Amino acid sequence: MSKTLLEMRGITKTFPGVKALDNVNLKVREGEIHALVGENGAGKSTLMKVLSGVYPAGSYEGEIHFDGQVRHFSTISDSEHLGIIIIHQELALVPLLSIAENIFLGNEVATKGVIDWKQTFRRTQELLDKVGLKDSPGTLITDIGVGKQQLVEIAKALSKKVRLLILDEPTASLNEKDSDALLKLLMEFRTQGMTSIIISHKLNEIKKVADQITILRDGGTVETLDCHHEDISEDRIIKGMVGREMEDRYPAREPKIGETLLEVKNWNVYHQHHRDRQFLHDVSFTVRAGEVVGIAGLMGAGRTETAMSIFGKSWGHKITGDVSMRGKPVDVSTIPKAIDAGLAYVTEDRKHLGLVLINNIMHNTTLSNLDGVSSNMVINDRQEAKVASDYRSKLRIRSHSIYQETVNLSGGNQQKVVLSKWLFTNPEVLILDEPTRGIDVGAKFEIYSIINQLAAEGKGILMISSEMPELLGTCDRIYVMNEGRIVAELSKAEASQESIMRAIMRSGEKH
Amino acid sequence: MSTDTATKTTQPSVGEYLKKNIREYGLLVALVVIMIFFQVITNGVLFRPVNITNLVLQNSFIVIMALGMLLIIVAGHIDLSVGSIVAFIGAMSAIMLVKWGLPAIVVVPLAILMGAIMGAAQGYWVAYQKIPSFIVTLAGMLVFRGMTYVVLSGRPVGPFPKEFQVLSTGFVPDFLSITDPSTSLIKNYVALVAVLLLVGYAFYAGLRERRLNAANETENEPFGFFAVQMAIIGVVAIFIGFQLSTYRGLPNVLVIMGLLIALYAFVTTRTTIGRRIYAMGGNEKAAKLSGINTERLTFYTFVNMGALAALAGMIIAARLNSATPKAGVGFELDVIAACFIGGASASGGVGKITGAVIGAFIMGVMNNGMSIMGIGIDYQQLIKGLVLLAAVFFDVYNKNKG
Repeated sequence: MSKTLLEMRGITKTFPGVKALDNVNLKVREGEIHALVGENGAGKSTLMKVLSGVYPAGSYEGEIHFDGQVRHFSTISDSEHLGIIIIHQELALVPLLSIAENIFLGNEVATKGVIDWKQTFRRTQELLDKVGLKDSPGTLITDIGVGKQQLVEIAKALSKKVRLLILDEPTASLNEKDSDALLKLLMEFRTQGMTSIIISHKLNEIKKVADQITILRDGGTVETLDCHHEDISEDRIIKGMVGREMEDRYPAREPKIGETLLEVKNWNVYHQHHRDRQFLHDVSFTVRAGEVVGIAGLMGAGRTETAMSIFGKSWGHKITGDVSMRGKPVDVSTIPKAIDAGLAYVTEDRKHLGLVLINNIMHNTTLSNLDGVSSNMVINDRQEAKVASDYRSKLRIRSHSIYQETVNLSGGNQQKVVLSKWLFTNPEVLILDEPTRGIDVGAKFEIYSIINQLAAEGKGILMISSEMPELLGTCDRIYVMNEGRIVAELSKAEASQESIMRAIMRSGEKH
Repeated sequence: MSTDTATKTTQPSVGEYLKKNIREYGLLVALVVIMIFFQVITNGVLFRPVNITNLVLQNSFIVIMALGMLLIIVAGHIDLSVGSIVAFIGAMSAIMLVKWGLPAIVVVPLAILMGAIMGAAQGYWVAYQKIPSFIVTLAGMLVFRGMTYVVLSGRPVGPFPKEFQVLSTGFVPDFLSITDPSTSLIKNYVALVAVLLLVGYAFYAGLRERRLNAANETENEPFGFFAVQMAIIGVVAIFIGFQLSTYRGLPNVLVIMGLLIALYAFVTTRTTIGRRIYAMGGNEKAAKLSGINTERLTFYTFVNMGALAALAGMIIAARLNSATPKAGVGFELDVIAACFIGGASASGGVGKITGAVIGAFIMGVMNNGMSIMGIGIDYQQLIKGLVLLAAVFFDVYNKNKG
């Protein structure tokens, strides 16, 4: 058995009024991939901040042993010095600098402040070879996709002589292909003896790569599972995370499908920035009342772009095609017109595009339908408070009041506020773009229940998701998109992970 | 941290409430402390009737422009051109009144329209062409100043007809005239009665709001705070009203300013336009995707700023009784400083009309107090700069701590 590289013993960290970590223990062996799982707010990020020195020694109780010695980190550079490197969920790259500049940012290959570019590029190339990235070191970060950016972050970590690599939700914004590549890379590093900790909500991935899994719940350690001694099922992990058996991850629903609500025909859109490049080709689909329709596809397939171009032409240009609601053509050329037509779009990026984070729950709830709580442009405070309170209890938004700023809410609760906002516009068709991204298991179940409830009320749901099990678990019908085209339409009976992937692969071969 | 999902809203404790709203109370307390400080150090000159009148006249245009600037800053922009708009509108009103002989009743609305057009000319580039407001209004600042020199040919124009001067130097006449002004202490009853009525109404409206809030389980500030705040505002207002009534009464600009403050406070806190501006400043993309026409809204905040700057330009010209090419130089900085002292955030989405008004008066009282003390303009600038920095540091410090 290999030796222990990191041991955190009895870590307790309190914030005013809250015990974020309560006697947490974590033991990581040298050369393993150790998964850290738990619901949002379970304390994973706090624990990693304690480890990296964001919360300096003295601000918490307990001991950190690294490489056989007790360590006291008072800054991040103390822990980085020993080779503990964290890659955060929100990448810390400068978009308008090159890959090479980003990798050596703050750590430049320089003598007396003068950068040695030749050396920089040579070393960058070595690092890029290691992570399997084929772009040139001079490429700007803004010109490469999120998947590749993640690899640049890893290359940056490697440049610092990493002993323990910590990845916080590394695959959250990656598609299946990029995720697989990333996980393979981690496994390859493991054979070279590198140790890593991976924080993730994607249990199938954890199951694939982890040697040990430590589960946190409510700021305490629940257990550490050894994947080599027993076969750990996803249900087993979920049980540890939520403290009970999750019978069914997707609430059951008896679909009652009615007339066609939304119909999109021959939707052609050119790229927002590369203006002569056609991005969407003859996209056509329908959503019926009471139906949950999925759009599956890889990252970059054009799913979000389809949704946004329909919703008030908020993406792309030279948009042509027909949109009708209940058989009648509608004008969706601006967002207010699209809302009037009965559409709502819940964005995939709730922090940047969904919420005004510095505003409270109430103000976010009524933002899209201020007319609903005002007369002659004067807002009726009390009516507004009532609307917000109603949605807060109906969607079970956990907060101390409707006056709480949304920035302080957990991901799941933020998503519920965005949903409240759109439900208050009383739409006929809701387009949900990655509605459960970055949300923990319990809150996901609640979001699915809300979706079912809306369908039962006769609304049409169009759901975009990169998690295939989620689409399979909730949708009545699934469209598959690839490279800006709809390449298959699968009924619930036909749809499976294999049939979706097959449709994507087959269409890829044609072009 | 409570995770209660019930709809009933818990009333915040006094401590919590103070912590959450320390900025607003702090600002009010700061103004009162500064007033008392100068009242003492100038041996009571600050609150003499004639000086209060001066204080109002000297600061009215800063306050009026701060109302528009606050909206601009909340929307996430800045307007550097207001000082030059002041000069240009002053010049144009002088030309229309003095050279063309147009009556004031025509000139005033025409000048405000001109200001709105100047605001629109800048708002277009900011809103629809996405050019940063700093650059657009820096250009505007230069262009409008240049235009002022051109129309005035570099020479002052004046004096103005009487009916235009009253805009700035006139007073609300004492149509009540209860006692003979030549013998009585109180020379203008309108001022006193108006202030008493206003304070009484504020009390009534505040109490009614609290009662309605309580009935609807909406958050109320603790009663102690409400009472103390009302008492401070009431005492200061009545005192100032009394002082003014012993002199010439309510200056016209004070009435104009008061009405505008009330209007803009209402617009920002109670109307859909106000709410949309805050949302846009807080997160423009989210606001746009929520169905808000952010371009049009941005455009109109600049139009509004131009119109208010035009009004301020006329007040200044009327006060000086001449239009000069150098009028309003550096005013944009005083106006912007008032907003930031008043708690507006440079990144948008945060700020209050009341804050900007108090911020403007903090600057005004300091200007006036230091002038009475005989402190030179050099040290005045230095001290004002430090106060601005301290106020914003206080914000940042509170935010990091919270």
